[in-house]
Amino acid sequence: MTEFKAFSKMKELMTNYYIEAKTTKEKPIAWITSGAPVEFLFAMDIIPIYPENYAAMCAANHQSIELMEAAEAAGFSQDICAYARTDFGAAMTQGGPAGGLPPPHFLLCSTNICKTVIKWYEVLARNYNVPLFIVDTPFLHNGLTKDLIDYTVTQFIALESFLGNFLGRPFDRDRLTKVLSLSREAADYWKKILYLGKTIPSPFNSLDSFIHLGPIVTLRGTRECVDYYKLLYEEVAERAQKKIGSISEERYRVLWDNLPIWFKMRRLERFFEEKKCTLVVTTYANSWGGLSNFQANEMSDPYELFAASYLNVYINWGFENRIKYLSQLIDDFSLTGFIMHSNRSCKPYSVGMYCLQGEVSKLTGKPGVIIEADQNDPRVYSDAQVETRLEAFIESMEPVS
Amino acid sequence: MSYYAGIDVGSLTAEAVLIDKDRNIAAYAILPTGNNSQKAGTDAFRTALGQAGLAEADVSRVFSTGYSRARVLQAEDSKTEIACHAKGAFYFFPHVGTIIDIGGQDSKAILVGKEGRVINFAMNDKCAAGTGRFLEVMAGALDVPLDKMDDLALGSKEELTISSTCTVFAESEVVSLISQGKAPADICLAVSRAIARRTAGLVTRVGVADSLVMTGGVAKNRAVVKILSKDVGHLIKVPKEPQIIGALGAALFAREENGR
Repeated sequence: MTEFKAFSKMKELMTNYYIEAKTTKEKPIAWITSGAPVEFLFAMDIIPIYPENYAAMCAANHQSIELMEAAEAAGFSQDICAYARTDFGAAMTQGGPAGGLPPPHFLLCSTNICKTVIKWYEVLARNYNVPLFIVDTPFLHNGLTKDLIDYTVTQFIALESFLGNFLGRPFDRDRLTKVLSLSREAADYWKKILYLGKTIPSPFNSLDSFIHLGPIVTLRGTRECVDYYKLLYEEVAERAQKKIGSISEERYRVLWDNLPIWFKMRRLERFFEEKKCTLVVTTYANSWGGLSNFQANEMSDPYELFAASYLNVYINWGFENRIKYLSQLIDDFSLTGFIMHSNRSCKPYSVGMYCLQGEVSKLTGKPGVIIEADQNDPRVYSDAQVETRLEAFIESMEPVS
Repeated sequence: MSYYAGIDVGSLTAEAVLIDKDRNIAAYAILPTGNNSQKAGTDAFRTALGQAGLAEADVSRVFSTGYSRARVLQAEDSKTEIACHAKGAFYFFPHVGTIIDIGGQDSKAILVGKEGRVINFAMNDKCAAGTGRFLEVMAGALDVPLDKMDDLALGSKEELTISSTCTVFAESEVVSLISQGKAPADICLAVSRAIARRTAGLVTRVGVADSLVMTGGVAKNRAVVKILSKDVGHLIKVPKEPQIIGALGAALFAREENGR
């Protein structure tokens, strides 16, 4: 990955976050899905813990196989999400980095990133014998509507009372407004960093974005998160201004759709560098930047704003909007093609991919390739098969003019 | 005189093709890859050289392709088999639009434009069903030589179905058909149909051009080619030696491109 001075700051931030979560005596712990409205938790001094983030760490550290095998031995099918299997296994064996996650006091699950997380969180609720709050965010078949926003707002109000009852003190709305504004500020910096990728050569590539994603997922709503992305933004902006690319020579610029392949980060990084191909932009990392599209102002109802931003994530969109968005990114970032990761673990992200590929190619005139892989399970991945497809795809692209 | 070589080391076989500066094929060799892909590449290359009565020094540039392309010692550079099959097929059939290549563990459909340049391609997913290896396993289960399967299939009298395209499941279907006393000829045809059906899906995905060419080892199976032609609604042409098309493409690239 590209070297950034801010990286050490991020490591410090993430280490402190995990240390606090593992050692705290006062603050409650809530396990939460990656796209859930975490701001409600920060407003009440609850520490959010992200099993998805932790599962990715396990895979990046090449520890996911043994954990998944433990879960499979306990009866979980190999067809369910590898993140879920990794986390079940980590909890069963106390394995994984830092010896597992601190146990939850309650669970918060939102369906905007995946409808099947409900089942995952129901298992957790049974295993830990803790309450589960589900924020049901309907799928946006035809875009955002007032009804969908209203429906989601009612659940936020219910979440407030749930938190108030659970903690035995009233929910702090003033604090929520402050947290929300910090969350939006961080998302805004994140988005600005990602959009600096429009510079040719791109100063910050998608593999970099996967590495630097930790704080925006786990700590958005805190001051530290804003400070970190401001620092990183300044560094990336300087590189953009000086036209320093993230790889030594950039002949091809492509989009990456779907999650990273966490256990192949280094190998793929070398592969793309050798092929002079930059992964410029991803729908995945962009999702957290998209939260900044809904900035709080005095006029807006923070709850409606919340609902709109958490409903309006890429993976919760219908096909027409996905096609439009992908094509727009390809144009805006001056891309030469696109890669779609058909992710065995993530069905909601991968369904309909062949149709998407065809439509986006037709609209943009750019070639696309689909590779079969998994975000966390190295047992369903083949280097030779994936690299042959990627190489052939790169050969078929017209280089940047 | 200067010659160019292409070496294609795939999962099941290794091929080498030598061409002269005017693009005429001087010699070629096809050998099993075995358990040492590097040696397989070298052996194929030397066999072809021996046939042409040439020495390594007569060859000005070698390009490699296939799964073990990065391990071919003699190669100055490598190209993917997609680009090479397109190039090689274009050599024999300048009007080719869609190429179907079924090798040892991959099947692909390639849409080509001018000069054999790849416009789009589709490959089998992770699973190697419907590839050369699939055919090999079924030949093994039937105890029929691989190169006799098509003769048998074309003489089939009864229509049987193998519904699974998974190699493991299809093999057990074959075994149960054998145990029901079905004729090997009829089972061979059912196997060919299973491959054709799966491949037709790939072809439809990239687009069926007017002129279709099939390359790779499975193109030697006339039953598969015949059924596939019917499925896609176009006659599929097959070069005289479909297995060397990848290596030929690599040799043509070696001749065209300046070494690094």
